[in-house]
Amino acid sequence: MKETIISVKHLVKIYKMGDLEVHALRGISLEIHKSDFVAIMGKSGSGKSTFMNIAGCLDVPTKGEYLLDGVDVGKLNKDQLAHLRNKKIGFVFQSFNLLSRTSALENVELPLMYNSKITSKEMRERSLNALESVGLADRFHHLPSQLSGGEQQRVAIARALVNDPVVILADEPTGNLDTRTSVEVMGIFQQLNTRGITVIIVTHEPDIAAYTNRNVTFRDGRILKDFNVEKPRNAAAELLTIPVLTEEETI
Amino acid sequence: MKLRNQLKAALRSLAKNKMRTFLTMLGIIIGVASVIAMLAIGQGSKESIQKQIANLGTNLLTVFPSASMTGGVRMEAGSSVKLTMDDYKALTSRCPAVMYSTPTVRTSGQLIAGSQNWRTTVWGVYPDYFNIRNLDVDKGAVFTLNDDRAANKVCVIGQTVNKYLFGEGQDPTGRMIRINKIPFQVVGLIATKGQNAWGQDQDDIVIAPFNTVQVRMLTIAYIQSIMISATSEKMIPEATDEITQVLKERHRLGPSEDPDFSIRSQADIASTATATSSILTALLASIASISLLVGGIGIMNIMLVSVTERTREIGIRMGVGARGRDVLLQFLIEALMISLIGGLLGVGLGILASGIIASLMSWPVTITLQSIILSFLFSTAIGIFFGWYPARKAASLNPIDALRYE
Repeated sequence: MKETIISVKHLVKIYKMGDLEVHALRGISLEIHKSDFVAIMGKSGSGKSTFMNIAGCLDVPTKGEYLLDGVDVGKLNKDQLAHLRNKKIGFVFQSFNLLSRTSALENVELPLMYNSKITSKEMRERSLNALESVGLADRFHHLPSQLSGGEQQRVAIARALVNDPVVILADEPTGNLDTRTSVEVMGIFQQLNTRGITVIIVTHEPDIAAYTNRNVTFRDGRILKDFNVEKPRNAAAELLTIPVLTEEETI
Repeated sequence: MKLRNQLKAALRSLAKNKMRTFLTMLGIIIGVASVIAMLAIGQGSKESIQKQIANLGTNLLTVFPSASMTGGVRMEAGSSVKLTMDDYKALTSRCPAVMYSTPTVRTSGQLIAGSQNWRTTVWGVYPDYFNIRNLDVDKGAVFTLNDDRAANKVCVIGQTVNKYLFGEGQDPTGRMIRINKIPFQVVGLIATKGQNAWGQDQDDIVIAPFNTVQVRMLTIAYIQSIMISATSEKMIPEATDEITQVLKERHRLGPSEDPDFSIRSQADIASTATATSSILTALLASIASISLLVGGIGIMNIMLVSVTERTREIGIRMGVGARGRDVLLQFLIEALMISLIGGLLGVGLGILASGIIASLMSWPVTITLQSIILSFLFSTAIGIFFGWYPARKAASLNPIDALRYE
């Protein structure tokens, strides 16, 4: 049996909006193991984003238990949650969320800045390594505005990677990207996953979910389906078959 | 986050909006500069007043007759009770704490010498007056007590009077002037004394023997005031007591009755003048610090805008593990940097402005290290005070909402 990274039991999240109670999660139980590549699926309002926020230690559950790498997240205060995010989690967002007017390298360095134990030299080395693993080592000094959407998302992945997290959480990572770039990004996730990194992505596209090893579908705050993908798509292989659009064709 | 990285990040974000940063800073620059300049002017005038009062002689006492009171209505000082020559003689013989003394009378006189004329105050005094007032004679000599006894028509004139009657640098001794049509011979010229603390020209004066002025010019029998110098500054209270006792006795007043005269000492005037200029300094500085306060509000305003603009950035930073206090520190450092750099530039501008004021308006200006440190610390405190609220606001953001902020 592989090591459990995320373990949730009877997770309930209720948002109070005035007198109204919104039940975003109505009892989720789930285990995610090391080296899993999981897609969380579901329509909007199904609770998948709420789950991601809790899994990412941005939010705490109303009821239920959440263990992240053995730590009981429900009992932590704000500062401890921040510490946990810094040490154990890497985030990738739909809209990249890079700091503008800050170079790719410095964007990647950001999580390490909040880790006082790391020297500037080590910070730089690790960030360059992370950029290299997403294929952007030569563009470290570029600003986000000088990079394409796919490249920006790769910088964001490098940033999620740099603190050596136990899990990378990606919220609709291909939502703002075209088909080819989406496949590229999924290729990077697959590649990281083969290195043993646990990846969870939230997506509403079954095509994208097909690159992962396990699909969990949410509906109305409960898990509807949870199955392993028999034969995941191979992004690297597919990429060879998708033609690269030349400039004339784009126009 | 390490301090070095914090400083770097703060500098970068300030550099992003150079114009905005500069304008915000300008509020602090002007505030600090005006505090320094105002304190410099205040301190300068205080020092020059103190110097001039010391120049007058600090152990100087003047005895005036009091105002009379008729049916509860106070009249002008000296309006009823007069000081007499007998009062003066009693003082000189019975007050050991008195070193020099002179009865004084004064009147204004129209001076004519040849084709020139001039109007000024004519004092009638004993030669001791020159010792009491620290006056030196440049040319010629002071008249003597014999001149006084004989009511000789001689006088000593100040530099200003000399300038208008005979011309600057001329030796007036031996020449004749007519004061209110009475001919006087000039026997001496007083050394330049300059302005006193109230801007009065101390060289615009004619000094003649007491008797001459009292009898020949005013034709009165009483003394207008008595000027005394105590044996030392410490002896002033004792001299005051002695004079009070002697005069009360002579005026047949009981020990519990109010005296019908008043004694004014130079030390009183000195402390009053110093206190006045201290109040003035405080007033100027507090007006100037209001502009510093306004500058601080400018910082708060721009930091609030900055926090709103950068909500997303705050969300990202929190997402990757920034704690509330990291974000708080980041914004506080930015506010502090504005006020620190503004404070430094303000000190420079303040020193420059003080120099310009000193040379353009020829005011006495003294910049003290104290005032520099004070205004610099004040501007720093303002940075922290007004930076705190926006920084607190940034730190208390919820990372989920901040990340979603458009």
